[in-house]
Amino acid sequence: MNANSANPLESKQKYQQYVDKKSPNSPIWKNCFNAFWVGGLICTIGQIIANICKARGCDTTMSGTIVSIILIGISAFLTGLNIFNKIGKFAGAGSLVPITGFANSIVSPAMEYKSEGYVMGVGGKMFTVAGPVLVFGISASILVGLIYLIFNTQNITLV
Amino acid sequence: MKKLGKQTIQFDAPPTILECASIVGPKEAQGPLAKYFDQTLDDEFWGEKTWEKAESKIIKETVNTVISKSGIPSSQIDCCFAGDLLNQCISSSFGLRELNIPFFGVFGACSTFVESIALGSICIESFANNVLCATSSHFCSAEKQFRFPLELGNQRPPTSQWTVTGSGATILTKSGQGPFVTCVTPGKIVDMGIKDANNMGSAMAPAFADTVIAHFLDTGRKPSYYDAIISGDLGYIGKDIAIDILRSQGYDVKSNYNDCGVLIFDKASQDTHSGGSGCACCGTVFSGYLFKQLQEKKIKKLLLVATGALTNSTTSQQGESIPGIAHAISIEV
Repeated sequence: MNANSANPLESKQKYQQYVDKKSPNSPIWKNCFNAFWVGGLICTIGQIIANICKARGCDTTMSGTIVSIILIGISAFLTGLNIFNKIGKFAGAGSLVPITGFANSIVSPAMEYKSEGYVMGVGGKMFTVAGPVLVFGISASILVGLIYLIFNTQNITLV
Repeated sequence: MKKLGKQTIQFDAPPTILECASIVGPKEAQGPLAKYFDQTLDDEFWGEKTWEKAESKIIKETVNTVISKSGIPSSQIDCCFAGDLLNQCISSSFGLRELNIPFFGVFGACSTFVESIALGSICIESFANNVLCATSSHFCSAEKQFRFPLELGNQRPPTSQWTVTGSGATILTKSGQGPFVTCVTPGKIVDMGIKDANNMGSAMAPAFADTVIAHFLDTGRKPSYYDAIISGDLGYIGKDIAIDILRSQGYDVKSNYNDCGVLIFDKASQDTHSGGSGCACCGTVFSGYLFKQLQEKKIKKLLLVATGALTNSTTSQQGESIPGIAHAISIEV
């Protein structure tokens, strides 16, 4: 019996520091690399779809809308097939940040809470994950819109 | 029954653990302990429509299995202690509502299994002849209640643990040939301020150490008295921390200590990060693996310490820390 090593339970701060040291970090470089190339791949697919649309005579706005619809459709479909969560586990932010992640964050709770019925389950819980993104996304766009309205004295068009 | 020291109870006529049963889900069935369980399931739903129903069915069938294995008719079981992780312990109460045995619902988070055996043993010493103890958890229902939808494409941190799908049940009896529950050390709530819900092992390790040290001080035993000291679900990180804390207090447990969350999964091939967790982690590993080791006398003296994180999803969102608890029972052949 030897009681000579330091006691990690001396204080809460000491214990927190000790736990931080003991807990392995996420493999950040590997995660960043996978996020980078998967995210890039998703955006490239989007660009290819956009180019095809433009070649067929759609304007930029219409092409962008078609890209969003197709990527959301694929992502929702893969979520339903239990494939998207595996992509997300591998790619992290790479599949989360593009519109694919947004679709996944709405479809996954809808699937999960179907057992509580269509109204209170699917309807009530569908936005539990995406809700914060929507609230703050819409708030930010209102703010930006106001700034644009105030400073847009010379009819500058941003897009 | 008498009290030893500050918080340990010693039995005059120690209750016998007559029989155990365990049913586990598909992931546990691929783990290293698969052959020890009574039944393994092919899918998480087991023919039910919801995960909650599936979990209730698992605990119900485990209890039916242990009753039929023990040969004791359910009419002769005096009472039942059971609990689980879902809100208001619905898996246990829904699963056991047709059982017709006086029912005590127990909540001790993942320490429920040992808490049930502790309470059951006290009943045996006072009035009961046979007591049933059971617990369950389910990966999918636990993820749904505590974390995110299963299909959400997010990443789990390396400190996170994997909730065991399954159920463990046991029957305690007054007159038997052992293994005997000789002592019970109920634990105190210990909160060292850990707030990370993805690092439960480190939140519970101080409670584990507190209970184990209290047990040694009260009984005068040393770690070497036991063939095995087994914690419930500290996982790899929690196990490491527990060894460190005990060493700093002068107890060396490195050679005979292990954790159910470490034993149940193969970390390398099953991608379970810090190991298993949940009520069923301790419940199934004891009922499946450890009980057979005791019967075959490969382990003769066991200190089983189930650990629990007493938190819910609201408190963790409100930034509260995670209080831990650990209950110990010593089981001797």
